[in-house]
Amino acid sequence: MSVSFVPSAQELARFAPEMALALGATLVMLGEALWKSGSRSKLAALAFLTLLAAAALAVFAAGDPGPAFSNLLAVDGFSTFFRVLVCAAGMLVVLISTNYLRQEGHDSGEYYALILFSVAGQCLMAASNELIMLFIGLECSSIASYVLAGYLRDDKRNNEAALKYFLLGSFASAFFLYGVAWLWGASGTTNLSELRRLLLDPSSGVSVTVTAAAAALLLVGLAFKVSAAPFQMWAPDVYQGAPAPVAAFLSVGPKAAAFAMFLRILMTTFVPLRGRWEPVLWAVALATMVIGNFAALHQTNVKRLLAYSSIAHAGYILVALTAMSDTGAAAAMFYLAAYTFMNIGAFAVVTYVAGRGEKHVELMDLAGLSRRSPVMAAVLSIFLLSLTGVPLTAGFFGKFYIFKAALDADLVWLAVLGLLNSAVAAYYYLRIIVMMYMQEPSAGAGPLPAPGAGMRWALAASVAGTFVLGVAPSLVLDYATASAPLLR
Amino acid sequence: MDLVLFLSFAAIAVGCALNLVLQTHPISSALSLIGVMGSLAVLYLLLGGEFLAAVQLIVYAGAIMVLFVFVIMLLNAGGEKRPSKKVLRTAVALPLLFTLAGVVAYVLASQTPRTETVKFGAYAAGPQEVGRALFTAWLLPFEVTSILILIAILGAVVLARKEI
Repeated sequence: MSVSFVPSAQELARFAPEMALALGATLVMLGEALWKSGSRSKLAALAFLTLLAAAALAVFAAGDPGPAFSNLLAVDGFSTFFRVLVCAAGMLVVLISTNYLRQEGHDSGEYYALILFSVAGQCLMAASNELIMLFIGLECSSIASYVLAGYLRDDKRNNEAALKYFLLGSFASAFFLYGVAWLWGASGTTNLSELRRLLLDPSSGVSVTVTAAAAALLLVGLAFKVSAAPFQMWAPDVYQGAPAPVAAFLSVGPKAAAFAMFLRILMTTFVPLRGRWEPVLWAVALATMVIGNFAALHQTNVKRLLAYSSIAHAGYILVALTAMSDTGAAAAMFYLAAYTFMNIGAFAVVTYVAGRGEKHVELMDLAGLSRRSPVMAAVLSIFLLSLTGVPLTAGFFGKFYIFKAALDADLVWLAVLGLLNSAVAAYYYLRIIVMMYMQEPSAGAGPLPAPGAGMRWALAASVAGTFVLGVAPSLVLDYATASAPLLR
Repeated sequence: MDLVLFLSFAAIAVGCALNLVLQTHPISSALSLIGVMGSLAVLYLLLGGEFLAAVQLIVYAGAIMVLFVFVIMLLNAGGEKRPSKKVLRTAVALPLLFTLAGVVAYVLASQTPRTETVKFGAYAAGPQEVGRALFTAWLLPFEVTSILILIAILGAVVLARKEI
């Protein structure tokens, strides 16, 4: 087989979003060095435009789907969906970060460069069809995330978050890599489609036991990255310690990309091992929902509460994965899109209320928010209602499709337990709304300053996204349903 | 001849590895680690993996060990303090250790078919083949790894710079 040394234009077009992001990140770094310190907002604008361009290139590349770079990448509807999703998450985070960084006195280009690099890694995770490529994408995304978690170096909470995230994260990556090595040892290939072919072919001589053991190692790595139980311990500490906009980013971007990876590995390769995966995923999904929701009940710190809530949401998405069907994959994709808007929105309001030095991140600080800033209280209520799963919001249809997929796959008990869990979740979400509207503001808490332009745009976009997905879910769901079968 | 070389370098590797754990000063441990890496490279060479041997020397004995030594010197790490000797703990741990090593050796010996010598040559793993694969089929991971390294450098700069 002769392979050309020079990639064709077609292949480059299929890899264009990642190239644009890496180029944009490099330009931001150059701009940081060359421009005067007064022009920092230009760097944020450059980062935003790069993300926009990458999303556009991803859509453009979808016009000509197919494999690239000797089958290492697979550009299909699925990868396009997640590429656009992580770029959108990146854009929202850039918007809510500008004011925050200025207020903390750490407004610098490196932040935006790291966001861009992290998103590039996530795009790669979404588009790779091969385990080594997936691993490199995962590391690009993770290493940038570790640094972002500790971005305000002088803050002790940031240091703690970054160190914990780094140590546990690299441990999880090592598990994933070890699983890849085992799979390669068992089958001689790391390509997902090729692995599927070997597993389906009884005469290939691939040992099912070794493959299952390798799959277990992969599961440990993936479960850590999506913060699923019993590997969820890092999430509350990291989200609480990291800067609020970074916590918003971590709870959405890397998680969506890790789920993309999870879905692709599961649906492309391991369907032949379905009987072995299903009980494990069943237990992991249930444990993740229960731990996330019940731990969130007792939290007094808003960031920590949202961290536990994001663990619970990972549990709901795992229910969709357990179904291991096309409808399940489509439901997970829809849920991740809905979750992106509502969760970034909720974290954006928390960022805004937290104020300088993040002094106001306790639940008590939200008391009486409706008097101090009626708009913000209303906006946060919308996101919380959506996270609860109230009709007319994106969260409702997200949960609806997930539990429907679970019922279609005869996972009746998991669906019932999941529904009970969302009832538990309603308690702590609604408690925040009650505090905002029914309680008096604490003494000395005056009206809040007007939010910056970036924050306003990000909130407007998140509210719009939450409502559009809640009123017309078919816009996204039809696309997800059409692209889910492509995973094979 | 192969057997003599194998046995002597295997013995050096094991001896250095033991020394690495037993030494109290980090620099002595680091130097023993270089010994392990070097003798492993010779073992690879004996098995016909020329490329692997060269990479082992360049990457591990060269780059990574230099990094270790730099870190040790920068942190100015002194010799570690020995924890007080627990006779009972040693008496329990040593037999367990030898049992584990024995079991692993037995399982490996019983599972592996008795071939004369293992040759890497069968997999065509010379520098030429590796280079060709790296720049054709595996071009993309090779290039993306450079982005990964760039991210790591950027991260180090962000976390270590005096003011941002």
